[in-house]
Amino acid sequence: MTTDAMEAMDAPDATAAQRTTLPRRGTGAAEPRRSTSGLHDSDYFAVFGAAAASLALTWLFFSRLAPFSGLLGFVVFAYVLFLVLYAILVSYDEDGPAVRDRITSVIVHSLAAVLLLALVFVVVYTMWSGRKALPHLNFFTQDMTNAGPLQPLTIGGSRHALIGTLIQIAIALALTVPVGLLAAVFLNEVPGRYARLVRTVVEAMTALPSIVAGLFVYATAILALGVEKSGFAASLAISVMMLPIIIRAADVVIRLVPGTLREASYALGSPRWRTVWHVVLPTARSGLTTAVILGTARGIGETSPVLLTAGYTAVTNYDPVHGPMVSLPLATFEFVKSPQPTMIARGFGTAALLLVLVLLLFVAARLIGGRAAGELSRRGVHRRVVASRRDKRRMDERRTARGLAGVTAGAAAMSYPAHPDRPEHPGTGPAQGVDGS
Amino acid sequence: MRTRARTAGAGTSPEPGAADDRARRLHGDSGPADRLFRAVATSGGSLVLAVMLLVGGFLTYRAWQALRVAKWSFLTTAAWEPDAHHVGIAAVITGTVLIAAVAIVFAVPLAIGTALYISEYAPPRLRRTLISTIDLMAAVPSVIYGLWGLFFLQGKVIGLARWLSTYFGWFPLFKVDNADPHDPLATATVYTASTFIAGMVVAMMVTPIICSIIREVFSQAPVGEREGAYALGATRWGMIRAVVLPYGTGGMIGGTMLGLGRALGETIGVYLVISPVFEIQPHILQAGTSSVSSLIALRYGEASQFGMSALMAAGLALFLMTLVVNFVASSIVARSRSGATAE
Repeated sequence: MTTDAMEAMDAPDATAAQRTTLPRRGTGAAEPRRSTSGLHDSDYFAVFGAAAASLALTWLFFSRLAPFSGLLGFVVFAYVLFLVLYAILVSYDEDGPAVRDRITSVIVHSLAAVLLLALVFVVVYTMWSGRKALPHLNFFTQDMTNAGPLQPLTIGGSRHALIGTLIQIAIALALTVPVGLLAAVFLNEVPGRYARLVRTVVEAMTALPSIVAGLFVYATAILALGVEKSGFAASLAISVMMLPIIIRAADVVIRLVPGTLREASYALGSPRWRTVWHVVLPTARSGLTTAVILGTARGIGETSPVLLTAGYTAVTNYDPVHGPMVSLPLATFEFVKSPQPTMIARGFGTAALLLVLVLLLFVAARLIGGRAAGELSRRGVHRRVVASRRDKRRMDERRTARGLAGVTAGAAAMSYPAHPDRPEHPGTGPAQGVDGS
Repeated sequence: MRTRARTAGAGTSPEPGAADDRARRLHGDSGPADRLFRAVATSGGSLVLAVMLLVGGFLTYRAWQALRVAKWSFLTTAAWEPDAHHVGIAAVITGTVLIAAVAIVFAVPLAIGTALYISEYAPPRLRRTLISTIDLMAAVPSVIYGLWGLFFLQGKVIGLARWLSTYFGWFPLFKVDNADPHDPLATATVYTASTFIAGMVVAMMVTPIICSIIREVFSQAPVGEREGAYALGATRWGMIRAVVLPYGTGGMIGGTMLGLGRALGETIGVYLVISPVFEIQPHILQAGTSSVSSLIALRYGEASQFGMSALMAAGLALFLMTLVVNFVASSIVARSRSGATAE
């Protein structure tokens, strides 16, 4: 709308209102393009102005006017002052709702920043505190057999804990993955009152505190059945804790498999187990992998069940059935209970190792998973296309073989390659996952 | 996917004329292989059910011995002297609840703020990264948060704790016994190893859990109503207050309670930070507190037959508490999403 039209609308004059005004061309400069962005220069000025003013005022208060001290106090005081000043600055230009909008926006941004900074800080702090122990190669290749609390960091390490963690989590995975996936398949494929009961109980068990899982295994396996404190007992405790987590995550993933895929498979006449094996599980594969990996990350980091069931030792133990076997979180826990600085440094080194392991698992989970059921990566689509072509070739061959044998024309009319050069749509057809076998 | 499922459902809905067409049973018996499959799957489910019932049943069975001796005084006794058959969970439950409450007080504003940021303010390109980061935070082992709390946070919080107890000591929760704020040489140890610090450590562990649930509920707020609010001239905060927050109320409450369930059961982070006492200690800034899980971690080793049973009873009480909290929470979360999810 041009300025003329505006004037015409604004003018109360009747004759002017009745006249149709055409925009004049080529007169004067072109109208400057207005910015449609929500942010203007004045917003930046207000933020930076308020920040500078609040810092200066806070400094004045803390060093000259009031008997305040302390970094935390400084930050809180400056922040509150910043909010007040910012509100005042914005209120010069905007009305009440806009001021409230700006203030809440600042608060939301700062809350998110605090949380993310805290996370980054925890990770960096652990790594940084582990810097004393980690550069020594012996930290990865030796156990604590020859290292007492007073030995320097050049002797001893956490090989025993690393090996113990790997053995324990491997046994726990061997127990939980088959049972967990089977149970998740059961919950989805054999629905009914019984499945609902199992789902309710599994949900209840996710509330089981990890220490109680440890206490259960301690009381049953160790005290009642006479299993000694060992890596196997620790794996049992970890399994009791991981099982509900894996079942729930896998249950959610399998439930997200599109019903149309299942129905298509049933429509082709395949029985249930074939549908599960060739359609449901392959479609949910990335999600299931993610569920298992995230469960593993939880299981690796658990200290309390291991604390009760694994025992503590300073030597490397490869035998999960006999003798105590220590794991990374447990070693961290035992190291930092010592008052010696070198032991605490070792504790932080072990914690850093554990954190790196969890980070690696997490990155692996994100690389594999993070996609919805049936959604494919580019390579996955490519594999599907190749498999489709192979199927087509196979069917063609079979058809020609049958044709030679003299089959009726009905089969030829049913088979799809009526147009042999039909273009393939890798984005739609194969990605449906119907030919997932 | 959802829309496609919906249109497919609409396509198969019965014609008005075919009202007498009864629903047929869909999956009939399709051979022995399928029956075997059903049997195997059912046995897998039954195995899980058996393990879970075994845990619950065994806990109850072993706890019974102590509960029969201690009777109702198990809930009201603060001391933990299993050899004298004088045990109770009044002190540890109080400590557990206070630690969880402090954790929730810190965690909920952070979680709601971050969830709002991710679902409403963050640029769409960053969103996935932020979600992964929060999930990662939930995967960091609790012993690492414990280390951080013990070696870093402890020293930094003393100042805040002293300030709170000096100026707000009239409020019973913030009172600290044996502390003289006017004595410059007073030792700071009365402020360490307290409920407050343990609660802050636990807050770090439960914030990502609460945050991811709340974010999911926020992001499911209906687009049409959001756009409607904007079309009526609402600012972003106006839209959030009118659409996102009312829609996400159930999710916020449920997510908070799920976080509370986790906070009640935390062990190692708490165990590393606190110094255990077995009396009811309502002063959150003062050194010394206790929780059920750290009690178990502390006492399981030297426990006699009766002591073990008493620990089981304490564990059972904790489990029942987290169970109730979790069930209420997940029913609230499930109801808050009514109609928004695919199923």
